Amino acid sequence: MAYSDKVLDHYENPRNVGTLDKNDPTVGTGMVGAPACGDVMKLQIKVNEAGVIEDAKFKTYGCGSAIASSSLVTEWIKGKTLDQVMEIKNSDIAEELALPPVKIHCSVLAEDAIRAAVADLKAKQGNTQEAA
Amino acid sequence: MTVHTPIYLDYSATTPTDPRVAEKMIPFLTEHFGNPASRSHPFGWTAEKAVENAREEVAKLVNADPREIVWTSGATESNNLAIKGAANFYSGKGKHIVTIQTEHKAVLDAVRELERVGFEATYLAPEPNGLVDIEKFRAALRPDTVLASVMLVNNEIGVVQDIEALGNICREQGIIFHVDAAQATGKVNIDLEKLPVDLMSFSAHKTYGPKGIGALYVRRKPRVRLEAQMHGGGHERGLRSGTLATHQIVGMGEAFRIAREEMDLENARIRRLRDRLLTGLQEIDEVYVNGDMKQRVPHNLNISFNFVEGESLIMAVKDIAVSSGSACTSASLEPSYVLRALGRSDELAHSSIRFSIGRFTTEEEIDYTINLMKSKIGKLRELSPLWEMHLEGVDLSKVEWAAH
Ligand SMILES: Cc1ncc(COP(=O)(O)O)c(C=O)c1O
Repeated sequence: MAYSDKVLDHYENPRNVGTLDKNDPTVGTGMVGAPACGDVMKLQIKVNEAGVIEDAKFKTYGCGSAIASSSLVTEWIKGKTLDQVMEIKNSDIAEELALPPVKIHCSVLAEDAIRAAVADLKAKQGNTQEAA
Repeated sequence: MTVHTPIYLDYSATTPTDPRVAEKMIPFLTEHFGNPASRSHPFGWTAEKAVENAREEVAKLVNADPREIVWTSGATESNNLAIKGAANFYSGKGKHIVTIQTEHKAVLDAVRELERVGFEATYLAPEPNGLVDIEKFRAALRPDTVLASVMLVNNEIGVVQDIEALGNICREQGIIFHVDAAQATGKVNIDLEKLPVDLMSFSAHKTYGPKGIGALYVRRKPRVRLEAQMHGGGHERGLRSGTLATHQIVGMGEAFRIAREEMDLENARIRRLRDRLLTGLQEIDEVYVNGDMKQRVPHNLNISFNFVEGESLIMAVKDIAVSSGSACTSASLEPSYVLRALGRSDELAHSSIRFSIGRFTTEEEIDYTINLMKSKIGKLRELSPLWEMHLEGVDLSKVEWAAH
């Protein structure tokens, strides 16, 4: 399998690897994929009061393209609002990384991970608002 | 001694042609180019003599009669000729075939093709260690079974089946027994005078010969009959038409001669290297050997590294040339069907690596490999959410994954 330079770069120097406290009310966690399918992505986002993502971390079990897709996404979403990141499309990721057709599912998974993390955060914040 | 990367540890995929073999082949491309079937001049006679010498060498390695050796283009063709040829010839007796789920595709797909034209087949599951249970094999045979096909050495996990016991059962019941020995020559002793085997497939390029040449052993006593699959000039007693590839055949003969003379020493050396590799890799947490460790050729070590994904693993270890249980060789992302048949979880199947050691592997290369694996597995696990969950004590089998 020939990988693009960008995939190789993210794979060899993944950005923002790590874990945020999933119990922190300002942190949203998205976990998508399944081990049986060969990839699992965990994406975490932390927002400030202005609703801007100030930190993002990921861990990915998967092929080089899956690792690169999630690494790229953490770079893209930092400094953006939740609404802005919901506009990121898998095709943008696939294009940026020049993913071959058999690897498109990696970019789909990365998009799903963003949505799952945002949904988790919104659910948490909805709860705290109701409680308040 | 410095190590040159990438290090070749994929000898089960193919071996380099031994330089001694290559040297023997060359004159048969240029000087002695005659057609071995040309009976009327010395060009043909020289080629024919070389072909017959090679046939003797192949026969000698497996203690067979040279007249029982039929040249083919490789083990794929040998398997096809044996399975389709015997099933069709004996189909008057019955139309049921027994084989094993972990066979090479060249066996499985040949049997599938026979199913398409009206045969029935049983694909027996091996035990979790990769070996066939003798009683389950016996139970799979039916009165209308005409053919059974079981490989000697598995290409992915290196386990060695008890061909003698399986063959004896076939003998008792008058069932033709075929054995794919592509991965076995030069690795285990094969004595066809004693073994109850009717048909056996060989390939040159797994035993330091050239690609594109192989042979099929067809027993003479008791005589086994086949329907030819390739029709034409009636070469190889009508079993396989086509002008013989003299240089390839000479190469296979020389490769098998070297195997016969050197296999004992070579296998002892390879076993030491394998043990060294295994000991080193077992210092890593959560590693699992696939396949039985005792009934196994020393050349193969198939290991699953839990919580890392196979393809990223292959990418991480690009300094070594190995095969992954994740079939990224094809376009599909399926885990290895062999490991699945052993009951390995998809995760473990995906994260497996086959290290196959051979004639030119050195101790330095093994040490380099161990260090590389240790550092890369560590790095990938740092990246792995599954490893993190494992360290937190989460039982991954109980997690509800958002399947996609
Ligand atoms: C067990 C087994 N059978 C058959 C084959 C096919 O052999 P060949 O490449 O000579 O057609 C191989 C090699 O890939 C093999 O490992």
